[in-house]
Amino acid sequence: MTDRARAAQVATRTGPVGADIMANRAVRGAADIARGAGPARHYSWLMARDPLLSVTEKGIYCPEGDFFIDPWAPVPRALITHGHADHARPGHAAYLATRAAAPVMRHRLGEIALDTVGYGEARTIGGVTVSFHPAGHVPGSAQIRVERGGEVWVVSGDYKTVPDGLSEPFEPVKCHAFVSECTFGLPVFKWADQAEVMGEVNRWWAGNRAAGRFTLLGAYALGKAQRLLSGLDPGIGPILTHGAVEATNAVMRAQGIALPETVQVTPEIDLKAHAGALVLAPPSALAGPWARRFRPASTGFASGWMALRGVRRRRAADRGFVLSDHADWAGLNAAIAATGAEKVLVTHGYTSVFRRWLESRGYDATIVETEFEGESLEAGEGAA
Amino acid sequence: MKRFARLFTSLDQTTRTTAKVDALAAYFSEAPAADRLWTIALLSGRRPRRAVTTTRLREWAAERAGLPLWLFEECYPVVGDLAETIALVLPPAASASKATLAERMAEIRALATVDEPERKARILNAWDSLDGTERFLFNKLITGGFRVGVSQKLMTRALAQATGQDEAELAHRLMGDWRPETTSYHALIEAPDPAADLSRPYPFYLAYQLEDGPEGLGAPEDWLAEHKWDGIRGQLIVRGAEHFVWSRGEELMTDRFPELAAARDFLPPGTVLDGEILAWAGDRPLAFNALQKRLGRKSVPRKLLEEAPVVLKAYDLLEEGGADTRALPFAERRARLEALLADLPAGLPLRLSPLIAFDTWDSLAETRAASRGLGAEGVMLKRRASPYLAGRKKGDWWKWKVDPLSVDAVMVYAQAGHGRRANLYTDFTFAVWDGAALVPFTKAYSGLTDAEFRQITAWVRKNTLQRFGPVRQVTPQHVFEIAFEGIQESSRHKSGLALRFPRMARWRHDKPAAEANTLDDLRLLLQRYG
Ligand SMILES: [Zn+2]
Ligand SMILES: [Zn+2]
Repeated sequence: MTDRARAAQVATRTGPVGADIMANRAVRGAADIARGAGPARHYSWLMARDPLLSVTEKGIYCPEGDFFIDPWAPVPRALITHGHADHARPGHAAYLATRAAAPVMRHRLGEIALDTVGYGEARTIGGVTVSFHPAGHVPGSAQIRVERGGEVWVVSGDYKTVPDGLSEPFEPVKCHAFVSECTFGLPVFKWADQAEVMGEVNRWWAGNRAAGRFTLLGAYALGKAQRLLSGLDPGIGPILTHGAVEATNAVMRAQGIALPETVQVTPEIDLKAHAGALVLAPPSALAGPWARRFRPASTGFASGWMALRGVRRRRAADRGFVLSDHADWAGLNAAIAATGAEKVLVTHGYTSVFRRWLESRGYDATIVETEFEGESLEAGEGAA
Repeated sequence: MKRFARLFTSLDQTTRTTAKVDALAAYFSEAPAADRLWTIALLSGRRPRRAVTTTRLREWAAERAGLPLWLFEECYPVVGDLAETIALVLPPAASASKATLAERMAEIRALATVDEPERKARILNAWDSLDGTERFLFNKLITGGFRVGVSQKLMTRALAQATGQDEAELAHRLMGDWRPETTSYHALIEAPDPAADLSRPYPFYLAYQLEDGPEGLGAPEDWLAEHKWDGIRGQLIVRGAEHFVWSRGEELMTDRFPELAAARDFLPPGTVLDGEILAWAGDRPLAFNALQKRLGRKSVPRKLLEEAPVVLKAYDLLEEGGADTRALPFAERRARLEALLADLPAGLPLRLSPLIAFDTWDSLAETRAASRGLGAEGVMLKRRASPYLAGRKKGDWWKWKVDPLSVDAVMVYAQAGHGRRANLYTDFTFAVWDGAALVPFTKAYSGLTDAEFRQITAWVRKNTLQRFGPVRQVTPQHVFEIAFEGIQESSRHKSGLALRFPRMARWRHDKPAAEANTLDDLRLLLQRYG
């Protein structure tokens, strides 16, 4: 898409939000309207004074610090919540992320000007103070807190509230306005305990091995794959990996994250010597010719979408395991309540339903149109 | 019910036939007899009737889950299944029920006999004692929508594996008018086959579709050919002093076709015929909708009997003089059938479906091409030497249908699908030209690839002219070839006609809307084939 086309698209998409705000301003007072012109292309969120964050055609923007958070077009300065492709994009002049997120970002984006901070460490940028707090999504993932004179906004990035044994556990951060994802923002999404799900995966693998079958497990190469690895029982048999998974494994091992032993699948690999192995690969690889060498095999996927029987059946996999790196319905509601925020801005997922739900619970809730993608079933390496 | 839920899960999570049969056989070996009986009943489509309206269920589920009804309703299209949506939104079970499947089924049947407050209390109670899959199955059972991807054939095979009984014998036992409420596992499966069960039909033998023409079948003289009629497959049984008519769906239809009672007077007891039930006038069948009117009625008013009289065009003999003839070669069965029907008076609703004489495949192809003119939809090929098997088996029986009819039509309305397809436009309405106007004449929702559905969805979003609730009127631009099996008059449609089995055969990227077919073209097809 050309920049102009993108700008036009964003302009139309954010139109109603902008109109909404103008209406709100009229209620709040004439002084705001007089001051509210601002940069013409900004569709600002409402606060009593100039908003701390607004959304532009390039991403979530902090005018007073002159930086963007997870922008989707090249900008001079980007604060990045985590290394997934829809949040950490190439082309920015300067990046800031957590130390734990840095190795994966360098691996994915190559030579970038990347500055790092530890969790909870405060930085002053322009007129605001920023800090990064664990989001529990994948190792290194963060919520970004922005403060100006006691007014606090938090951008959640992607998050989940239950510990996965690998990522730094989610920490609620008190704030006035919370920008929250809602990928699984419907009450039909409720995650079972990770230990329970991994028990199912291990039993399935052991059963396949006993029946002389390979076990093909599809999951994102970054995050989900390592989470599965750390829950697999290596006593059952050998674990083989697709190159995309193994590359991320290497990055994480180098930063001190313990993972069980894995063998990368290469054209020369002796499959007879790895009979009954579990093969971990991105979902896209399982659909293609790459996976055909493993026969006979039972195929499974691990994703939050597997909670829906229709999705499981349409994937034509033998098994679907409900495991997501995003918060479920209860997790989203608990996280939002824990922030103490009155204002919630919802991004990727069932935004219109979730916004209406929050409003009915007394929140001042708005939809923010972003280009984040949530947990897609189709993409191999993409958003998560 | 836990054991049944485990069975359902293993059947649901594999596409492998052997795995399904193994899971079923294991279940039949270990489950209590009453549960086995109910499982056989459910897997052969003997579902209980719906015990509660879905409107009430939605309200009760939302209330129990502490959700506003609108939020529950928003979840439904995402999940795509009401029973599953309810199972997912409810809070975790407070206790675990030990009720067996049979006990649970008794409770479900009793729901229909109590008043609504009591029904609600019992359903909430059940929800509170069932976990995920059990709860889902319970909801499926009380809404009358229970289904699982196992054919009766597979279930019978598993039952044979578990009991050591003959599969064909079991298939025969499972047919007929039994209900799990009024029989037992022992009586149905194990007890000596009661000769008293006069009504019991034979499993139907079903033909495969011939895709590439008959040349691959070998010598024409090894085969017999008949017309393929577009009616209802039926089995006519005369035993004792009674007669029974069974449909292929194993429905007893004796009372729907009072004409066929004449069989009692003209066929000897111990006769079973296989054939096609058709609405018939003069020397050809009436349009399918004439027969459809008959199917819609349990008892038939005199006027309808006169307007749409039915006949049985018989083409096979399964029992003669009380003896099963299915193992005989088809040519022999056919000869006996002809002898049996030879002396019947004309005008009886029992007729022989004639053989088509042919020497070469080419001459048969000519007869096939003329099928529509005779009110048939193609020809049937049956190997002379073939026994009468059970179910759909490849090799001896083939249906060679005429190519579908088709028209090129313009897409005018689009509607989104369900479940994960809720974000794709998959249901379309098509129109043909009537002068300068486009007249909608059919809907179709299958035949495109996923990629094509995605492509058309993106286009629909950008080319919506008007919205009517979930339906979007779109720019009349895209032309699709609509294939269908038949065409008939219809006063319910603006166009005055209705299609049978319409589907999208092709997206005609090469054709502008102006070159789509006209209403006159359709009327011509109606005249010729309606
Ligand atoms: Zn994301
Ligand atoms: Zn992510």
